[in-house]
Amino acid sequence: MTDFATSTKAEPRVSTMTYAQAAATALEEAMRADQHVVAMGEDLGRGGVFGQYRTTTGKNLVDVFGSERVIDTPISEATIMGAGVGMALAGLRPVVEMRVADFALCAIDELVNQAAKNRYMFGGQGRVPLVARLPIGIWTASAAQHSQSFEAWFAHVPGLVVVAPSTPQDNYGLLHAALASGDPVVYMEHKELWGMQGEVQQGERIELGRARTAFAGSANGNHDVTIVSWSKQIHACVDAAKELAAQGIHAEVIDLRTIWPWDKNAVLTSASRSKRLLVVHEAVQAAGFGAEVAATVAEHTDARVARLGAPRIPVGYANTLETESRVSAAQIAQATTRLIKR
Amino acid sequence: MTELLSLYRTMVRIRAFEDAAEAASQGGVTWGGAATDKAAEVRVKGPLHLSTGQEAVATGVCAHLVPEDLLTSTHRGHGHTLAKGADATKMMCELFGRATGYNSGKGGSMHIADFSVGMLGANGVVTAGLPIAVGAAHALKIRKTGAIAVSFFGDGAINRGPFLEALNWAQVYQLPVLFVCEDNQISATTKSAPMTAGSNAASARAESMGIAATRVDGNDVEAVSTAAEKLIAQIRAGAGPKLLHAITYRQKGHVSVDPATYRDPAEVANALKNDPILRARDVLKQRGLGDQAAQIEAEAKAEIDAALATASAAPWPEKSAAYTDIMTTGEGVWA
Repeated sequence: MTDFATSTKAEPRVSTMTYAQAAATALEEAMRADQHVVAMGEDLGRGGVFGQYRTTTGKNLVDVFGSERVIDTPISEATIMGAGVGMALAGLRPVVEMRVADFALCAIDELVNQAAKNRYMFGGQGRVPLVARLPIGIWTASAAQHSQSFEAWFAHVPGLVVVAPSTPQDNYGLLHAALASGDPVVYMEHKELWGMQGEVQQGERIELGRARTAFAGSANGNHDVTIVSWSKQIHACVDAAKELAAQGIHAEVIDLRTIWPWDKNAVLTSASRSKRLLVVHEAVQAAGFGAEVAATVAEHTDARVARLGAPRIPVGYANTLETESRVSAAQIAQATTRLIKR
Repeated sequence: MTELLSLYRTMVRIRAFEDAAEAASQGGVTWGGAATDKAAEVRVKGPLHLSTGQEAVATGVCAHLVPEDLLTSTHRGHGHTLAKGADATKMMCELFGRATGYNSGKGGSMHIADFSVGMLGANGVVTAGLPIAVGAAHALKIRKTGAIAVSFFGDGAINRGPFLEALNWAQVYQLPVLFVCEDNQISATTKSAPMTAGSNAASARAESMGIAATRVDGNDVEAVSTAAEKLIAQIRAGAGPKLLHAITYRQKGHVSVDPATYRDPAEVANALKNDPILRARDVLKQRGLGDQAAQIEAEAKAEIDAALATASAAPWPEKSAAYTDIMTTGEGVWA
């Protein structure tokens, strides 16, 4: 097959942009550098439902690269994902947009049975370098079918990488890493982070599988507790850690960034020192990924462990109901205090 | 070699392969799933979906493909894989679960594939090959390679949503893809007709989207070949997707251990008279090519006997191979 020529990437610079623009910038750079990168999904022609296919100058990526590389698709989730698998097998690097993670359930065979298993089942003959963007999280007043966080489901599937960025910088750097990966990547942005502003160092790549310290518990590393989280919930954890610091409790907050493979070393190192671990996530607590982190820490350290997630209820529409599903900074601070006293 | 002899060779090789695989699979598992006392002797384990009786469809279509053309298949994929140019010995090694098989023993019969000749895999999920094929065709169009994609599927597949999604997609983007409905009239162990709304549904559903459909006697290999040649030429010329609806018959059960007692014996007996290989042999005899047909049969048997011997002696995969080819990121550390 013929191969496209590739060109060099954009020059490094720092800009302030939103979480959505950070992803669009990374995708634009990757598409410029490699003509094998294409994007497809519903409403991409208007820049994506959340503007995540619109550049910082307000231009839609389709106007930059044309409709052959930024493909507006019918509402056909199974075939968006399945065609992504076929494109990848035929030499492209597709980014497939699922609008919200909830709708990716219409493409679950294509993701779990086809994309994830291809390389293994066929003895390494095939590779599926595909990035599936599945926005997660509660989206205010959007109720039960537009607000779910399914990262644990995909972490359970051998063959899938699962990524959940929490800041514009991470969304930029991790999307670049996902696009460079040879694996199918479930890339889970948070719908309530699209508008978050932040500085983005362009040109900075972030390795998949590496956590970051979102809040250092103390200057000397002798923190009282390790709090592990990811995606939007990181910000509530940092707020809680600040509140706890005012009370003299030092909490180190670790942002996993990649749910699979997750940075066990960073978590085990911190938890071994603090002897206390709290895992926090927006997803339902029961059978969430927090259980995996907590169990691993319990198996490898003598740390006390605890989890905090949503109750096992669908996300309700009314504010009073929706709030029941939201894990707040105050709850995190309370859970941390309980853990320390336990 | 004249054209029918060439087609006959492919059909006979497929039949020899299927017969040998069937013999090597007998006795290991009952239809109910329990292991039998013969389990240890069985060399092809697990579900084996045979394409016996359907050889003319794979043969007639793949005769017009080149290795650069991409193919997706069904769970009944041995015939498609052989017809696309795969090596029978490497296939048999895979059915035996050996390290020297196409998939290093990781896939078996249901995932048989040879990416080097564009055969992107049999698939354990009904209809799953269609979206992959339209994606492959989409990539081929974007990359302007001139190649096409072909997707085989059964009549049972047309009742799943991805069939309609994939056909719509192919037509909307005018992709170079041939959909081949291998209509063997049965979905696993249930007759398709009472489960399917409308008549000639595979063709009719394609036509409802503006995709031209051609119906053909799927047990007449020359008829399949002629129809496929025409459609493939149109697709290569940029005419967009086409559908070939080939009516055939599955001579065996859903899997090799399925006695298929749910079928009317009279229907089966009648269908066996319509065997595509018998029909082609009769034509060859009429054309004075009977001796060459017999020679082709002997060669195919020898080839498959050798494949069986090689597969029997081939090594098993190392246990460590269970942890490879899963993913690149974190491989070997995070399993």
